[in-house]
Amino acid sequence: MAGGRPGVQMPHLSKMERVVVSMQDPDQGVEMRNQRLRITVIPHTVAGSDVVDWLVQKYCISEEEALHLGTLLVQHGYLYSLRSPRSLVLRPDDTPYRFQTPYFWTSTLWPAAELDYAIYLTKKNIRKQGALVGHEKEHYDQLHRKINHTWDLVVMQAREQLRAAKQRRKGDRLVIACQEQTYWLVNRPPPGVPSVLEQGPERSSCTAGRVQMNTEFYKREMERCRKALTRARVKSSICLEAYLKFSSQHGPHDPIMSGCLPSNPWVTDDDTYWIMNAPSVAVPTKLRVERWGFSFQELLEDPLGRAHFMDFLRTEFSAENLSFWEACEELRHGGQAQVHAMVDAVYQQFLAPGAARWVNIDSRTMERTLEGLQQPHRYVLDDAQLHIYMLMKKDSYPRFLKSSTYKDLLAEAVIPPEAKRRVFPFMRKPRHSSPSPALLPASTSGEPVAAASGPECGDGGT
Amino acid sequence: MDEETVEIQGRIFYQMVAIKDCILVQNLEVHQVAERVEALGQFVMKTRRTLKGHGNKVLCMDWCKDKRRIVSSSQDGKVIVWDSFTTNKEHAVTMPCTWVMACAYAPSGCAIACGGLDNKCSVYPLTFDKNENMAAKKKSVAMHTNYLSACSFTNSDMQILTASGDGTCALWDVESGQLLQSFHGHGADVLCLDLAPSETGNTFVSGGCDKKAMVWDMRSGQCVQAFETHESDINSVRYYPSGDAFASGSDDATCRLYDLRADREVSIYSKESIIFGASSVDFSLSGRLLFAGYNDYTINVWDVLKGSRVSILFGHENRVSTLRVSPDGTAFCSGSWDHTLRVWA
Repeated sequence: MAGGRPGVQMPHLSKMERVVVSMQDPDQGVEMRNQRLRITVIPHTVAGSDVVDWLVQKYCISEEEALHLGTLLVQHGYLYSLRSPRSLVLRPDDTPYRFQTPYFWTSTLWPAAELDYAIYLTKKNIRKQGALVGHEKEHYDQLHRKINHTWDLVVMQAREQLRAAKQRRKGDRLVIACQEQTYWLVNRPPPGVPSVLEQGPERSSCTAGRVQMNTEFYKREMERCRKALTRARVKSSICLEAYLKFSSQHGPHDPIMSGCLPSNPWVTDDDTYWIMNAPSVAVPTKLRVERWGFSFQELLEDPLGRAHFMDFLRTEFSAENLSFWEACEELRHGGQAQVHAMVDAVYQQFLAPGAARWVNIDSRTMERTLEGLQQPHRYVLDDAQLHIYMLMKKDSYPRFLKSSTYKDLLAEAVIPPEAKRRVFPFMRKPRHSSPSPALLPASTSGEPVAAASGPECGDGGT
Repeated sequence: MDEETVEIQGRIFYQMVAIKDCILVQNLEVHQVAERVEALGQFVMKTRRTLKGHGNKVLCMDWCKDKRRIVSSSQDGKVIVWDSFTTNKEHAVTMPCTWVMACAYAPSGCAIACGGLDNKCSVYPLTFDKNENMAAKKKSVAMHTNYLSACSFTNSDMQILTASGDGTCALWDVESGQLLQSFHGHGADVLCLDLAPSETGNTFVSGGCDKKAMVWDMRSGQCVQAFETHESDINSVRYYPSGDAFASGSDDATCRLYDLRADREVSIYSKESIIFGASSVDFSLSGRLLFAGYNDYTINVWDVLKGSRVSILFGHENRVSTLRVSPDGTAFCSGSWDHTLRVWA
């Protein structure tokens, strides 16, 4: 994959680089030591545990998180171990590490060049015959075949670099070898080790555009900006207060925040919670019935709530409103081929003069709707639908909440007892499977019938 | 008006909007208002299920409305339907392309949709007929000119919304494959989308490589609002449960909350020690918690109101690519490049 500056495409690289630069600050950085290695002394090394401690202090994070972050730095080649440079792990002990030279930083030298890799492998081969094993041997052979025509250049470069290296101090030679090796471990990882540089399918950016930044594009942008300039905005304090209200109201209903009764199925392997809250259960739970009082939307979203609301509307002789709304929903989200037929059916049933289930819309909306019906499309009933929705929301819904229907539902609703922690040291409760929605005949609501607990039904495993 | 003039005009308007944002009298952030809210206590969530079966990086997952089944897709073209409660695999199909970056469960539970480098979105009905090959009934619905990055059924099995690397989103009729509406406005690849839980309108939000999050009217195809405060690609967008706001996760290592009525960013979730991009975000049922999966293999849990991080979850051995809270909020599922999916509760 070519093109683009890696720093831009992979912003985490520049951030990691900033971290290692801070680590090397003479005053605030990690403590540097001279490390004795066999018969040489390597300066500017840091202990693994010091790296972890520094991260803990600097970012106020736990040791676990610091170790994780430090390991990522090593995996990306910004730090390497002097003792075992082949393994890209951070050991939280006195293992000595060194910071990679910026020359070999991923963002500087990326993507790794084939020629450079060939030279590196050739050097290894020359230095010690038979040193190349496994994937390195394979790559060497591949490259030899591929760039055979310039192989003389490769060997010449390799020899030259080896010669130059011999003239350096032993300590420097060791360090340079580690640096180079780390670079290639990151850029050509051995099989089985995922490459940290893999980014997935190539994305474009504004500059390399797949999208045409033409007149059309800018006209649209202008229109959007024009609207944004004149749009009325709600005061921030009001908007933000709404979050507090919503979260506190829904907090007790959030299983992750407040738990759920009798127990969270994922934690105890007991799916009673799902059975008790199935779409069409005989007696709903108290929390569920309470939620119907939060907003009209929440009532309608729950098929059980909606069914009870429908029953209530029947007592008020306005059930056709909800039926009309449901029919409009079906039209809006239905198949394209059915649009004409559905519009017709809805008109006949709900809007036509003398219709069996005539809905009461104001005359202006009716006029607009009838006009639109000349050229039916899936949104042609939107105005009428909205009108009826608002009617139910402002009128029928508040009455529903005050009605004896709702009050009885609340009173009869169950509060499941909390499941006692069962201690089965040797035996686990079996996990029951449930029939897949795809197995059951499609019901009108599209919801599966309440799953029964009991012996395993339906085979798993493909 | 020639092209250059239009471009200049466009840029001027753009700057005017940016200036207006700065002059706004109130630049209140959520955590300021939430000072009086009680802080969250100790937070313990563990992996309760591990789903192994994909032979390669897991790229996307979605929950079924039955709160336990999920569909997941991976780099090697495999799409698997699991009962994640029992960890049994119920269906599997191999797509003719690699990098299946998008998958979705139909509201009825009777079909799934998926797509990726094939530039298409295909719908597979789920059948338990042992004799039937799932791939046989495949329906090709959406056609883009570049990779498919995200897809979602709308309120029924009969419409699908897609986002693509070609910079557009589109709404399709499943039965006929007809394009019902297309959405142009992003300046680069669109990477994610989410449908608004609104009671009356039809809107959705999308995020892309142009660092913009855009809110669209499904009926007219127009962009109604746009937000550009991220510093890098937006990988994930998800509505706050009330529908008045949405969160985004980006390669700039931050998650942000945008309020639709105030028309601005109202919170930013970031920490200096979090360096890698956020790939996927979702809210807990009450909207108090924001779960975000990152490219550094971790999941960070944020207190949406206070703006602070509540917890960090380790477990995955490669980047977390997808994360969704279950429909009833009892758990969330994460998928990773380490070939596994985990359900946490």
